[in-house]
Amino acid sequence: MPTKADQVIEQVRASRVWRSVFRSGTGNSTLHRALAIQQNIFLHLFATKVRKRMVRFSATWYLGTLTLGTFLILVITGVLLMLYYHPSVPQAYADMKDLQFVVSSGLFLRNLHRWSAQLMVFLVFAHMFKVFYRGAYRTPREFNWVIGIILLLITLLLSYTGYLLPWDQLAYWAITVGSNLSSAVPLIGSKIHFLLLGGNQVNANALLRFYVLHCVILPLAAILFIAIHFWRIRKDGGLYVQQSDPKAQAAAENEPAAKEAR
Amino acid sequence: MSDNALNTGQTPPAEFDRRAFFTKIGLGSLGIAAAGTIVFSYEYLSPNVLYEPSAIVNVGKPDNFALNSVTMDVNSGIYLVHAEEGYFALNAVCTHLGCLTTWNQDLDIIACPCHGSKFTRTGEKIEGPAPKPLPWLKTWVSDEGDLTVDRSTDIPPLQYLRI
Repeated sequence: MPTKADQVIEQVRASRVWRSVFRSGTGNSTLHRALAIQQNIFLHLFATKVRKRMVRFSATWYLGTLTLGTFLILVITGVLLMLYYHPSVPQAYADMKDLQFVVSSGLFLRNLHRWSAQLMVFLVFAHMFKVFYRGAYRTPREFNWVIGIILLLITLLLSYTGYLLPWDQLAYWAITVGSNLSSAVPLIGSKIHFLLLGGNQVNANALLRFYVLHCVILPLAAILFIAIHFWRIRKDGGLYVQQSDPKAQAAAENEPAAKEAR
Repeated sequence: MSDNALNTGQTPPAEFDRRAFFTKIGLGSLGIAAAGTIVFSYEYLSPNVLYEPSAIVNVGKPDNFALNSVTMDVNSGIYLVHAEEGYFALNAVCTHLGCLTTWNQDLDIIACPCHGSKFTRTGEKIEGPAPKPLPWLKTWVSDEGDLTVDRSTDIPPLQYLRI
């Protein structure tokens, strides 16, 4: 017996405006539900059909999804912080202090950005350990593991470049030490150091370069590789489901649902 | 069918393969363009003018430095030492990872706060991860009689400046 609310929702979904946006149409058939996923730009990266045991909490602990969650929080709070932050010397430090003590909700946004950043690094490692110890990196998912390593490096670089932006003593010396590490690269070490800082010492050029890397280049790279990472889940046969019996594992790898999903 | 009539079964000589020729020209130009892009990118990313402090520092009259004293100039990151044998300047930037070291009068050592390297007042390493001693810097007396240090020029150790 459909309730009043169900009828209203059904009417909205049948309306011309709704149909112009979501073209899959009304109905609960398998086809309609598959089309709803396939015809949505955000969802079409994923498989139209998944096994229930693939999306159980115990299978993944949702660590990858949670990592994406922290990334989205970081993008939103980061863009808002950019509205008050000038990447110049010594204004950067004053802006950071203003965000903490003068701007309404500034302290909340800055702390949210900071804690999410810490949490994201933690979650990325947790996700990697979970994937590693379940053996989910093995064929046919080995390339997605490589994409994951690239995403790990991007995450660490985002963390590192963001560290300089408050322009306090901790930031200054951390980046001095961190950038000197790059000098240890054979032959081209000092050149990398010079290009990274835009000079010989951590100064205005370095602050601007780290700002552009942190706010534009690295996030765009992250979004690109995240999209590939998610798309490859479908292409590699869906989320990994562990079976205690090797034969059942082999069967699960070749079962029709996994094939269809590609 | 008209093609067959024209070709009469003969293949054109290999050295006049127009398609391969244009492919090579095309790939070659793309290669040159790619190499050019790399060079231009590198040139663009390395600044030609730096607004960094001058490497040459005027530290003042020699008489300002008492005998057996170690004086740090925080702004330029150098130590000016007046020893029995004469004056010399040390780079205060740790040779490990670039932190600024400090002079500890009581222990008579130069210590780095970041990773615990310790040096004598002549720059020799006592302990810690620093791979090299603190470098001695070129020091001279200017025409105005001021001690002057060139931070960008290292000299071999134990070359004291006698005045």
